[in-house]
Amino acid sequence: MSDETTQIAPAAAAPRAAAAAQAGAPAAPGARKFFRRKKVCKFCTEKIDSISYRDVNLLKQFVAERGKIVPRRLTGVCTTHQRRLTRAIKQARNIALLPFAVKY
Amino acid sequence: MQRFYEVMFIVRPDVQDEDLDKLIAGFEATVTNGGGTVRSTEKLGRRKLAYLVRKFSEGNYVLLTMDADGALVAELERRLRVTEQVIKFITVRMDEEQKRLDKIKAIRATKKKVSPEAPVPAPEAPEAPAEAAQASA
Repeated sequence: MSDETTQIAPAAAAPRAAAAAQAGAPAAPGARKFFRRKKVCKFCTEKIDSISYRDVNLLKQFVAERGKIVPRRLTGVCTTHQRRLTRAIKQARNIALLPFAVKY
Repeated sequence: MQRFYEVMFIVRPDVQDEDLDKLIAGFEATVTNGGGTVRSTEKLGRRKLAYLVRKFSEGNYVLLTMDADGALVAELERRLRVTEQVIKFITVRMDEEQKRLDKIKAIRATKKKVSPEAPVPAPEAPEAPAEAAQASA
C-alpha cells in the first residue's frame, strides 16, 4: 500500500511542477525584472489570532521607519488582519508604545 | 453589565516603588469598591516612551485587567485623570476580542479532534522505512 502511495505521489506532483515550469517559462525573460515573491498574510500563515496593542515587537514590523502604518499592498496582510493591526497600532500610539511620527 | 476591560497607564518615572505600589492599590480599591473585580495587575516596568509625554521620556507602565461596568470605568478614568502621577492611560474593552479568541480556540480544538481519528496512514508509515531497509539490505 505504502509503495503505491509513494509512487502516486510523485506522479501527481510532476504535472503540477510541469505546469509551474510552463507558467514560469514564458515569463522568464521579464520575470527577473518584475519578479515578486507571492506575499502572504503573516497572521493567517502563522495563525496569530490576537493582535494586541501591547505586542510592540509584532506591531513594529508593520510600521515604517517614520512611524507610518505600512499599507497592505506592501506587506501582504489580508484585509481582516490589516484592520485589526491598524487598530492595535493606533492604540499603541496612544499609550506611547509606538510613535505617531518620528522626528529627524 | 459587567465587561472585561484592560486599563494600561503610565506613571511618572520619578515616583518611588512604594508610592507606585500604593497608587496601584488605590486604583484596585476603586475598582473593588465600585462593584467590579480586579483580574490581575501587572507592573510592566520602566520603559522608554515613544514620544515626550508631559516632558517625560520614560515611564512606569502598569497593566490592570478587570471586570467592570461602564460607570465604574468612567469613575476610574476620572481618577486616573485627576491623579498627577499618572501621565497617560488607555482603557480597552477586551470581552468581544476574548469571545472571538475563545471561538477560534474551540474551532481549533474540534479540528484537532478530527485529525487523530485518521490514524490510517500512521501504521503504514513505519512499514515503509522497514521495507526500504530490506530493499537496501
